[in-house]
Amino acid sequence: MPIDWTPLLLSFQLAAITTVILLLLGLPISYVIAYSNWRGKAVVETLISMPLVLPPSVLGFYLLLAFSPQHAFGHWLQDWFNITLVFSFAGLVIGSVIFSLPFMVHPLQNGFQSVPVSLIEASRTLGKSDFVTLRRVLLPNIKAALLTGVVLSFAHTLGEFGVVLMIGGNIPGVSKVASLAIYDEVEGLNYAAAHVYAGVLLVVSFTILLAVYAINRRAPRVP
Amino acid sequence: MESAFEIKLKKTFVSAAAQLQLDVELSAPSQSFIALTGPSGSGKTTLLRMLAGLTSPDDGRIVFAGDVWFDRLARAERSTQARSIGFVFQDYALFPHLSVRENIEYGLVKPDPRWVHELLSLTELVDQQRHKPQQLSGGQQQRVALARALARRPKLLLLDEPLSALDTALRARLHDLLAELHQRLKLTTIMVSHDLGDIFRLAQQVWVIGGGKITDVGTPQQVFLKHRSPGKFNLHARVLAIRREDVVYVLSLLVSGNEIVDVLASADEVANLQVGATIVVASNAFSPLLQETR
Repeated sequence: MPIDWTPLLLSFQLAAITTVILLLLGLPISYVIAYSNWRGKAVVETLISMPLVLPPSVLGFYLLLAFSPQHAFGHWLQDWFNITLVFSFAGLVIGSVIFSLPFMVHPLQNGFQSVPVSLIEASRTLGKSDFVTLRRVLLPNIKAALLTGVVLSFAHTLGEFGVVLMIGGNIPGVSKVASLAIYDEVEGLNYAAAHVYAGVLLVVSFTILLAVYAINRRAPRVP
Repeated sequence: MESAFEIKLKKTFVSAAAQLQLDVELSAPSQSFIALTGPSGSGKTTLLRMLAGLTSPDDGRIVFAGDVWFDRLARAERSTQARSIGFVFQDYALFPHLSVRENIEYGLVKPDPRWVHELLSLTELVDQQRHKPQQLSGGQQQRVALARALARRPKLLLLDEPLSALDTALRARLHDLLAELHQRLKLTTIMVSHDLGDIFRLAQQVWVIGGGKITDVGTPQQVFLKHRSPGKFNLHARVLAIRREDVVYVLSLLVSGNEIVDVLASADEVANLQVGATIVVASNAFSPLLQETR
């Protein structure tokens, strides 16, 4: 029985791209949340944390509406940029980024907040700008948090089901990722293929989580 | 030309117990060594942080060597980075991921291996330069913090209780080092300290602060010695043991840190005294023998 590897490939592709985008997005967001205070900060923090408690289908439903050309945002995208996000890989990436945002932002925010303020102040008294301080003092001291954020985002995106089903539409080669493929195969009573997909996801998830715990155990703590 | 250092600052801040209004007006010739002293929570660290630009004053003006660092009326505030300062934090604030050498190099404006080596040898850290801060003793960490603060060749050195954690021998060595660096680098230095020994050894001027106000300014002699009558000794001591010998009592006392002396006492004097109590040993018409120890 030949196994179609495309869903697994698609899953890893989606997880990798989502993680890179989340890292670029999560660093400035968590930096601002950790080090500044402004009106409405609580609202932003709440919005970022919403995917933790919201059923994935709810988020998927709203994104589906937003992306669909029948509605204002989707219509505007199609008119101006000729982009259709609904039932596309790009749409999946955007959905995954929103859905996994707290898994990147929370560890990074905790990491930034665990660095003693005096280190940042010392860097300032040594004439270094906030950007140099971020690059040369903060990031090296939150390596464990960076790793946690990257791995949790990657693993969480691999495990997505509801959001990708709602906005991806389960199209083979485009949006049918491994988690959806398992469901399909079980429905078709093709347990052998389901075993392969499920087994790969299980082993990969276990391995990367184990690696994170092992590395974090050895990482030196900031005093 | 000797340009002055002028501070006039107001700041409401929250100290350990209450809200306090810091209100100070001070000046000093540049390149002086100033000791800032007073009870804890009186605003010493807040004053130091305002000079460094780490805390914004509510009102006032800071002029250092002709440069305006802060002026509320002119709405001018120079960032911490743009002030020529070195700051030694109470907790040292060394970068844990960098070695001793890298910590010092971090403070450089441009690479200068000779200057780094000079700082390392002045602070006797050449052998430890590859160590991480966690591998160093308290005294060594303190010296790294000092060397790092001096790396960018600041004009104003701010020291927040730099000697508090050190034992007597190390303290004496660091006194010499601080005095030498202050001279050689033509620094203006402000040091927060509670220790009269440190202050007399190093400072040309003392600022005494209490409850947010400057209560006394002058040389260490003017500030600390003016109320003393000559020939009278007051020593603070702790009672280590009380024992009775015939008709008198003998108290074993811990004086000036580590010296133990025995003194005679009457039954009245020891009546309410317990081991561990802190007492004052006073003596009139006292003509002591003076000898230098080294």
